[in-house]
Amino acid sequence: MRVLGLDIGSRSVDAVWVDDCRIVDWSVADSGFDPGSAAATFVERGAHDVIVSTGYGRHAARERFGGTAVTEITAYGVGAAALFPDARAVLDIGGQDTKVISLGAGGKVADFEMNDKCAAGTGKFLEVMARALGFSLEEMAAQALSAQSGVAISSMCTVFAESEVTGLVHRGEDRARIARGLHDSIAKRTLGSLKRIRATGPLVFAGGVAKNGAMVRFITEGFEGEVHVPEEAQIVGAYGAALSALRDA
Amino acid sequence: MSDQPVDYHPMWAELGLDLPTHDALLGAVGQLFGDAYLTQENRPEGMGYLNFVMSEVHGLRIKELDDYRKSGGKVFGTFCLYVPEEIIRAAAGWCVGLCAGAEFAYDQVEQIMPRNTCSLIKSFMGFKLAKVCPYIESADLVIGETTCDGKKKAYELLGDMHNVYVMELPQMKRDVDMAMWRDEIRALMAKVEEVTGNTITAESLKAAIKEVNDKRRALQRIAATRAADPAPISGKDALLATQVAFYDDVPRFTQMMNALADELEARVAAGEGVAPKGAKRVLVTGTPMALPNWKLHDIIEKAGAVVVGEEMCTGSRYYQDLVSEDAVTLDDMVDDIAEKYLDINCACFTPNQGRLEDVVRMAKELGVDGVIDYSLQFCGLYEMESNAVEKTVRDAGFPVLKITTDYSMEDVGQLSTRVEAFLEML
Repeated sequence: MRVLGLDIGSRSVDAVWVDDCRIVDWSVADSGFDPGSAAATFVERGAHDVIVSTGYGRHAARERFGGTAVTEITAYGVGAAALFPDARAVLDIGGQDTKVISLGAGGKVADFEMNDKCAAGTGKFLEVMARALGFSLEEMAAQALSAQSGVAISSMCTVFAESEVTGLVHRGEDRARIARGLHDSIAKRTLGSLKRIRATGPLVFAGGVAKNGAMVRFITEGFEGEVHVPEEAQIVGAYGAALSALRDA
Repeated sequence: MSDQPVDYHPMWAELGLDLPTHDALLGAVGQLFGDAYLTQENRPEGMGYLNFVMSEVHGLRIKELDDYRKSGGKVFGTFCLYVPEEIIRAAAGWCVGLCAGAEFAYDQVEQIMPRNTCSLIKSFMGFKLAKVCPYIESADLVIGETTCDGKKKAYELLGDMHNVYVMELPQMKRDVDMAMWRDEIRALMAKVEEVTGNTITAESLKAAIKEVNDKRRALQRIAATRAADPAPISGKDALLATQVAFYDDVPRFTQMMNALADELEARVAAGEGVAPKGAKRVLVTGTPMALPNWKLHDIIEKAGAVVVGEEMCTGSRYYQDLVSEDAVTLDDMVDDIAEKYLDINCACFTPNQGRLEDVVRMAKELGVDGVIDYSLQFCGLYEMESNAVEKTVRDAGFPVLKITTDYSMEDVGQLSTRVEAFLEML
């Protein structure tokens, strides 16, 4: 049975085709203004027997394309445990939310925490801050890594932090140190969430923000335990969604 | 029930409601009720009565209050379980809960109180400022209580606009607190007698105790059926029954709820349920859900689970304890009332171990798969106590999900994901 896993997130739509637990193909598209259409191009390839959707667009996708839906929490747990059988926790920093998950036997979710209703400390937060600093996302991560220490950023709210960053820039503060401070503050907040759900290593760091080398380094340095970063960190949710169909079958 | 729709606008105008705004509110609540309630399948027939009550929530019931007042009766508005309905009824007063369950006129509210005030307080103030709550406008006296700092100060603001009396509730349950609370109940009696012009007698109080206990007994019967798998009634419907208990005519409501309980008991005997047997069962604990706040129950049940209990003021705290019916003298009855009411386990008390025990006991009795701890944002008491709830419930072997939210709908997507993930985890 060939399963199409779709992860319809706020920033990207990720597709993974799985056959016998093996990834046979995958693709990533921008969500844009019409994530449903982005997903439809994957569905229209017709290379699947069943579809499992996850991400914030999961219910809409299920209604449109059929199949089933699982939450991102379950999908990331299953996906991470399939990629790293020794995984005991998952961190996913996506476009507009952050999830921390602790795993029990067989990748089953034991506990989780998710940010409430704002984009504090997510990929969106990094995008806004990069713009405020006049960097691309890649440049900002590189600058953060180059700085020896960071400026303390007190706000995690995207709107307040943007004002704070603008204020620092106007005071002539070094942009690399600001970039470092922003990454540090996200890492600190994230490590706090992991602690609250009593996550132990190995930790799988997935989601779009796991492509950011600075975040990976600061999380790895701060976490007590091993950290795995999947090669294609963005498709862990779609992969897990697809696998959940095989698991339930 | 007449076939001709009655036009209540003249009555609402007489009460001083802002008619266009009130029409808009009724439309919104009607739609909310339709989406949350009327889409449910396999509801007990007895819910027809509560559907009818909801369709007439600002109509027929307000007309009854209006007629009662025109015949010389008095109506008392309350916001909290700690105000003893028995005392009010013993003086032939009628007790009604006040509107505090929807986001309304926050722009006006935020001119007189901080933005970071809980939804419940902002809501009742919004309903008052926008002149859209016919219950408060029908209340000869609003009886407040000092259950939290926010309410305490809000009653001062409300006092500028309405006739308000505030009871002082102790914060601990020692003997000295009980002595003070007995005095408070007696002070309330004097106030209620003054407003109604009626004297509370041993006879009238005994009858009132029996009547209000009977209401609680009917709700206890409904609650007990929810231990069955499959559950014979949805959490949303059971929550609605408790919410309406605050407003409705007491003997009629009791009779209708006993009829509903008969039906539910028969359903249990026949193995009939609202959700399939084996559906995930959830206990909700936390801050009260005033009508029409059905947000969390709706999310949980639309995700395929069933709420089988509410450890909250719009739940078990409302009906689990009865006033003793043994007393003969008026004095003893008043002391019994004081005792029953101080037994309610609200987070405004310290310590509040009783609530933790209640939550674990209910989780076991109702056979739940998980517990959702619900706090209104900026409710310092319940948000603080959430930590102890989580630890106690987890230690007892039940998974817990903590939710902090408000009356707005902006976080429904995120909440749904968290609730669904929690259910998938169970």
